[in-house]
Amino acid sequence: MSERPIQFYFRGAIHRIEGSAPTRTLLQYLREDLHQTGTKEGCAEGDCGACTVVIGELSGGDGEEMLQLRAVNACIQFLPAIDGKALFTVEDLASDGELHPVQQALVDRHGSQCGFCTPGFAMSLFALYENQPECPERDEIDHTLSGNLCRCTGYRPIVDATRDAYALPRRPLNRQPVIAALKALAALPPLDYQGNGQRSHSPRSLAELAALRVALPDARLVAGGTDVGLWVTKQGRDLGEIIHLGAVPELKTVSIGRERLEIGAGVTLTDAFAALTAFEPNWAELARRFASTPVKNAGTLGGNVANGSPIGDSMPALIALGARIVLQHGDSLRELPLEDFYIDYQKTALQRGEFVRALRLDAPAEALRRVFRSYKVAKRLDQDISAVCAGMAVHVDGDGIIRRARIAFGGMAATPKRAVNCELALLGRPWDLNTVRHAMQVLREDYRPLADVRASSEYRLNVAGNLLQRFWLETGSTGQTPARLSQLAPVQS
Amino acid sequence: MSAPTTSLIGELIGKSIPHESARLHVSGAARYIDDLPEAAGTLHAAAGLSTCARGRIRRLDLSAVRAYPGVRCVITAVDIPGENNCGPILHDDPIIAGDEIQFYGQVIFAIAADTRDAARQAVRLAKVEYDTETPILDMDAAIAAESWVLPPFAMQRGPVDAAFANAPHHLSGTAVVGGQEHFYLEGQISYALPKDDDSLHLLCSTQHPTEMQQLVSHALGWRAHQVSVEIRRMGGGFGGKESQSAQWACLASILAVNTGKPVKIRLDRDDDMIATGKRHGFQYAWQSAFDDSGRLLGLKLDMASNCGYSADLSGPVNDRTICHIDNAYYLDAVALNSLRCKTNTVSNTAFRGFGGPQGMFVIETVLDDIARHLGRDPLAVRQANFYDVVPGARSTTPYGMVVEDNVAPALVAELAASSDYAARRAAIAEFNASSPVIKRGIALTPVKFGISFNATHYNQAGALVHVYTDGTVLVSHGGTEMGQGLYTKIRQIVAHEFGLPLADVRLSSTDTSRVANTSATAASSGADLNGKAAQNACLNIKARLAAFVAELNNAAVDAGKVRFSNGRVQAGDAYDVPFAELVMAAYRARIQLWDAGFYRTPKIHFDPLTKFGRPFFYFAYGASCSEVAIDTLTGEYRVLRVDLLHDVGRSINPALDIGQIEGGFIQGMGWLTSEELWWKTDGAQAGRLMSHAPSTYKIPTASDLPEIFNVRLYDNANVEDSIHRSKAVGEPPFMLALSVFFALRDAVASALPAGTPVQLAAPATPEAVLRALTANQDKAP
Repeated sequence: MSERPIQFYFRGAIHRIEGSAPTRTLLQYLREDLHQTGTKEGCAEGDCGACTVVIGELSGGDGEEMLQLRAVNACIQFLPAIDGKALFTVEDLASDGELHPVQQALVDRHGSQCGFCTPGFAMSLFALYENQPECPERDEIDHTLSGNLCRCTGYRPIVDATRDAYALPRRPLNRQPVIAALKALAALPPLDYQGNGQRSHSPRSLAELAALRVALPDARLVAGGTDVGLWVTKQGRDLGEIIHLGAVPELKTVSIGRERLEIGAGVTLTDAFAALTAFEPNWAELARRFASTPVKNAGTLGGNVANGSPIGDSMPALIALGARIVLQHGDSLRELPLEDFYIDYQKTALQRGEFVRALRLDAPAEALRRVFRSYKVAKRLDQDISAVCAGMAVHVDGDGIIRRARIAFGGMAATPKRAVNCELALLGRPWDLNTVRHAMQVLREDYRPLADVRASSEYRLNVAGNLLQRFWLETGSTGQTPARLSQLAPVQS
Repeated sequence: MSAPTTSLIGELIGKSIPHESARLHVSGAARYIDDLPEAAGTLHAAAGLSTCARGRIRRLDLSAVRAYPGVRCVITAVDIPGENNCGPILHDDPIIAGDEIQFYGQVIFAIAADTRDAARQAVRLAKVEYDTETPILDMDAAIAAESWVLPPFAMQRGPVDAAFANAPHHLSGTAVVGGQEHFYLEGQISYALPKDDDSLHLLCSTQHPTEMQQLVSHALGWRAHQVSVEIRRMGGGFGGKESQSAQWACLASILAVNTGKPVKIRLDRDDDMIATGKRHGFQYAWQSAFDDSGRLLGLKLDMASNCGYSADLSGPVNDRTICHIDNAYYLDAVALNSLRCKTNTVSNTAFRGFGGPQGMFVIETVLDDIARHLGRDPLAVRQANFYDVVPGARSTTPYGMVVEDNVAPALVAELAASSDYAARRAAIAEFNASSPVIKRGIALTPVKFGISFNATHYNQAGALVHVYTDGTVLVSHGGTEMGQGLYTKIRQIVAHEFGLPLADVRLSSTDTSRVANTSATAASSGADLNGKAAQNACLNIKARLAAFVAELNNAAVDAGKVRFSNGRVQAGDAYDVPFAELVMAAYRARIQLWDAGFYRTPKIHFDPLTKFGRPFFYFAYGASCSEVAIDTLTGEYRVLRVDLLHDVGRSINPALDIGQIEGGFIQGMGWLTSEELWWKTDGAQAGRLMSHAPSTYKIPTASDLPEIFNVRLYDNANVEDSIHRSKAVGEPPFMLALSVFFALRDAVASALPAGTPVQLAAPATPEAVLRALTANQDKAP
């Protein structure tokens, strides 16, 4: 690797960054260095969306489809993450004094009041507009806006404006110059960047990464930066030397077969959840409620898993499905059941020089019927961190007897953790109310949850048991299955 | 959004004109203070916050802070040249704490550095040792210690003891409601620019420029004319930038004067949420006496508010609570005790509704309990308690004001019909009977909100209108733009007066050097006060122009008949010229083309000692009907349908007014549902706010917007002579959200044995709902 500036497509040309620290955020760079102040800072932690920008990169598609445009939070993106990509900010939307349809619709629908969040909304809607030629249903609009907070409007005019934007004459982005520029950027050597005394490497192959990791075992691995970004913006931490994982294509592959799903550690949460939902349709609800769209567009499944947070939402469900984690050191790979990866609070089995390569899931044995659910309980429907997150799978034989059970929870212990006693209480028993009642009691022995800002210990214990009850009501009960709140409509009078 | 039914006046008044900055907002071109080009040499400030809730600083070692590269200036309390106070009423709010620490997160020093990053890094390096004391962290502890920021207030109206003795039914109960973080998207920011003549210009995201001017000048030991304060637009305020902007304004100004450099302070979101005040949490205990219909005969109410460590605006906030415990209901006999608790938490402050929501919350709870006790529909009980429509025996509020404009009964009846309340209530009961896990609930609640500052002297405003010789107009006024659309409405009002197109009228930023002695843009009063002041300035100029037209026509034209419309000035058949032409002629004739306007609200008076008088010019009314569903396994819920009907008088701008109604409602819903403030209660970090960022403090998102959301304006001209007979709209709709809480209560009640009291805390988080569901239940499934 040779040293070179960070380069990306911006305002119609290739833009270079030299000298800035590699942990300077894209938002700081835009606002303080380029004086492009349309993009706002609301929270500097990826939660409010005032800083939303759209990133373009080449994907596997054909023609214009090969340009993938996704909204991300500029406030927690480090500069090397933009290398080789295209950046669009709110200033890019209008052309020749004419507002973009999403902007015009926001004006027409009175979608701004104080206006501070508005550029972020415009960018999330711009990404939707580019990715979806037809106006989506309300739930997808909400999902698109799940990472944008507005404190003034109450959202109704923004949701209405989304629909109106599609009614205006269509004005798609001219993608050809962007694609051409991204192709040119792809030919650059891997990024080895130094700025303000700090060094960042962006290997472009798995072999390069593996070698670097062995050579620099103390360097900080950064993938989507949706957590590590906050270490800098909120804790003021010095991350030292950085290995940026975003340019390694082998980490971004998903292989899906009838028997096995393998997801590279660098696959974004957006893409990983699409694959997981295809593999197991009951992932859909978790995929919908996990973080926000911009966080899912930046964050990776490997990052969520490697981070090892007790409140990371992907792990309980992955553990319930028997996922295994693939770790790589140099040329050698090893594989662990995911639950064995977690040793203690913020402590994992990852060894020096090692990195997370992929997650593997196998299809269930055909002789058994597997039922699976994941439930997330939080104060807010969208973009909240779980009080309790459950992943539950039971495998039932032809006689209705539970032959395998994997029940795992987040938010209940210092790590994502299986409910071992509860599982034992299920095994070998019929999947019925009596078994569930007993398992609910036993479950209380599996955890000693904390009380914190998200929930009390007692609530977590009660809800964990009640979620097991809901699991049975939805998958084992022969009575009326209770609706999910998400499926309810108002009463008809 | 349904079409407004209010009548139109002219071409501009009553029109849904977009926000004057809408195009700038959507294109990222609207400049907030942090977006302005920085003056050369600008330094960036940051504040060091205490990590102890109560105690004294034993040792403050700032040597590492001073030594950090780029740090230019470090100040502590002793470096404040003037008064160390940023409290708006009582002088009990230190800008920088001296030795005494009163809450976790209190400013103990401040610095200015070359960059914001350097300033933020450097403040972490302070070494502080405390002699800690046991903090008072909640209202119970404050009450036990008789810890008050202001003395308790007791009031009795009517024959309370007799009412209780004679009433057929009695109930008692308790309730709590939490505080609320403003979560304006643009955090607190001030940018102080020293000038060459011992003066300073301050750009400050504030709702109260004049108060900033006063507090900054006091802090500097200067006089008011040395400080000017300017704000073009805020990224949201909601009351959080009324007094709470002062500390940062003072710090930036002190550091600027100290260094001789421009100094900007922009709080990080976490610091903002930790160090600035919030809505007051309240707790209540009451006894009610009532008849068979649920009509209240007597009420004894004790209420306590968590004011935090200092008075700030807690006095007026609690006064407004007292003036809103009646909501839309006549209280014959009421005994009230109001406690203003001093705790070791951040000092609580103004927030949309300003104590009103906490007053209405308790009376709605009292009536809801009565309805459940009697087995009656809560709406019927509410209706049984309304004030008289025609002023009569049941028309005087506990604070002595006669309700003369009561439209609550008619408005509620209209909403009950349009929302199909009765049929849906029956359908919900039917659903619940066969749905053990999911329960639905519905509630319809009214709002009556008093318009005017309780403190009479704030009810004044000024404006300055310049007509330039080309016929364009520049308007300054004392109100601030925080997104509510005040500038848009003022522009409509002025353009309407002169008969000009909107493009010919421009608003300047709000600046204390143009309009002096302004009141806070608060109490929903912005358009009422400043609109009238601006109109009065226009009338002054128009009168002069009309006299000039008469003079030009040798008195053949009656000055009183001169009309300004369609960009022209007309008088009968004899005179018809473009506005710009008349203006140029008037200028050449040395006619004054600019003028100031002033307005003070008539009829109002209020004795703050006895809490008696006519504090309000008029009332704004509204009602809301909400339908919810809860999951009894987790306590989670969704708001499925909401119908709102709200009275804005004759709307000046229906789109802006509906924006305030919808936005206020959703914000109120957040207060009562997902927005939970959570402090550590014990250990070394006792008193530390843990819900200090959007990751831990959850305001509503788009998915919380109900699937059906019907919002309509109520057809009702203001009976008082307000600006174009409109009504204030900023705060009243916030309280429409009470229907969400009472619908949740209704859903919880349906899962409990009939008649069981519902103990649902607010905010009704899923945990609070589950707690209410399981309070008296066997936990086994």
